[in-house]
Amino acid sequence: MSTDLLTIALSDTRVLQAIELVWHEAALLDAKDYQTWDALWTDEGRYVIPIDPDTDDFDGSLNMVNDDTRMRRMRIERLTSGYSMSALAAARTVRTVSRFTVEDRTEDSITLKSAQILVGFKRDDQQTLAADVTHRIRDTEAGPRLDLKVIRLVNSQAAVNASGYLL
Amino acid sequence: MTTSLDPTLSETNFADLATDDRVDGSLYTDPDMFEAELERIFYRTWVWVAHESEIPEAGSFKMATIGRQPVIVNRDRKGNFNVLLNRCRHRGASVCEVPKGKANGFTCPYHSWSYALDGRLRGIPYPDGYDEDLDKKDLPLQSLRVESYAGMIFASFNPDIEPLDEFLGDAKVWIDLFMKQGAGYPIKTQGEHCFRFRGNWKIQLENTTDGYHFPIVHRSWMSSVDAETADMLSFMTDDNAVTHALGNGHSVAIMVPEHVDLDHDDGTEKIQARFDHIVEELSKTMPADQVRRIVRSMHGAGFNLNIFPNVAMSMSFFRVLRPIAVDETEIRHIALGMDGGPEIVNRERLRIHEHFQGPFGFGSPDDSEAWDRVQRGSRGAPGMPIMVNRGLNREALDSDGHRTSHVTDETGMREAYAMWKRMMTDEH
Repeated sequence: MSTDLLTIALSDTRVLQAIELVWHEAALLDAKDYQTWDALWTDEGRYVIPIDPDTDDFDGSLNMVNDDTRMRRMRIERLTSGYSMSALAAARTVRTVSRFTVEDRTEDSITLKSAQILVGFKRDDQQTLAADVTHRIRDTEAGPRLDLKVIRLVNSQAAVNASGYLL
Repeated sequence: MTTSLDPTLSETNFADLATDDRVDGSLYTDPDMFEAELERIFYRTWVWVAHESEIPEAGSFKMATIGRQPVIVNRDRKGNFNVLLNRCRHRGASVCEVPKGKANGFTCPYHSWSYALDGRLRGIPYPDGYDEDLDKKDLPLQSLRVESYAGMIFASFNPDIEPLDEFLGDAKVWIDLFMKQGAGYPIKTQGEHCFRFRGNWKIQLENTTDGYHFPIVHRSWMSSVDAETADMLSFMTDDNAVTHALGNGHSVAIMVPEHVDLDHDDGTEKIQARFDHIVEELSKTMPADQVRRIVRSMHGAGFNLNIFPNVAMSMSFFRVLRPIAVDETEIRHIALGMDGGPEIVNRERLRIHEHFQGPFGFGSPDDSEAWDRVQRGSRGAPGMPIMVNRGLNREALDSDGHRTSHVTDETGMREAYAMWKRMMTDEH
């Protein structure tokens, strides 16, 4: 099933553009270039790391992150201001995003699901975080933009170590 | 209770390692001491295991851990709380691996020994393999002592422990005040953040009533909230912001004096503009004074209450610590809401919790970084003392006889270490 879907999807320019955006986003986040990352979002963009692996009711449940544009910008300010010692000491990260499938397609949006493996290194410690990720990418006058990003960590209901970086 | 103590760690050693205003760096780093702490503190005193709202009905249960030992907390059909060792009496398998849920009892998946909610052994398959004198009454799941206060459920492996009432002592007044953040509704838990840091459990224990670190470690959070919230927490220079030692290792740090008793409102406090949409919504169905009462409770109580050794009731959440190893500790920050209260308020409380707490919050990662650094640094010159003497020069007894100092002082830590010393040297 997924092979056919992927084959069809990869022949679609809009899907390729969406994947390109997701990979560009991953590079920006590994580089901790959060200001440039912010410009990838629509004004209504929602950035979520839920705890409940099955919920879509993000506002009705507790999340690790549930950011609208205002919160996302405050988060970027926190991570770049120099006042947060966890951000100053944040792990170096390398993430791979792959195993794309197209979940939905409308006239002006593509919803992709993918797998993300992030390896972080801080001091003497190397850590791995794995997640299923959903990106809804909307076509705008300025080009494709992130409209929704949901990161479902495989260990979201267990201990997730504190981070000074973004997923 | 058997003990795995290193015989070289004599009680005299422990007494020498904690004086009234200094503790030895080895308290964070010595693995033998960690084993001794499990035996002498975590398996001997009252340990918080659940809030009643986590097991709301007959048959509700949750898994918990005391020290390293897995337990099940449940509510049986009579409404009693049970805390059972999660270990089949037959061959030792855990009988429950579902974090929370509802059940009629627990059946070991290995050989199907089945147990009732109160731990009674109900059935053994093919019992003719055992002598006729095997009596099921002799083989229940091990039960712990259980008592609760104001919805806070504590358990103990120690059958001879003092009543919970006595153990909590002067902390009970503060537990009652803390629960007033329900604004007339019972408190309920509504989700939790869980993370671990690479440091000793006592580093976190110290932190909850340490006002001194707040504006420094949490500067980035302070700059992200509105001016009114930041002003509410401007306790560094407020003489009414104090810390009390409450006995038995417990302490309270008052950060927002005007929110100590949320039932008391002199009318001078301006409601924060960030909550205008909530005021507008609630005002459609509620009188103005009730709306004001609820909104004033939005950030929780005006203080952090530390209950030795593993739970803090902190502003608007429970902070639960679990010792994993001498240099690893798990922390859970449990969000609180109003059971049956307005949905819009409970959601706003979730957003406030997310803003600060959790592995990607604006506050917890910075706390965690600081605690990691204490652990790393304290490996240097392990005999060099950790200072907990701040505020001794201005510590006094309050009208209730509690040692009291400014909220930025280390009175709470000194109280915790006094209890640690009593328990580790068997003087209690």
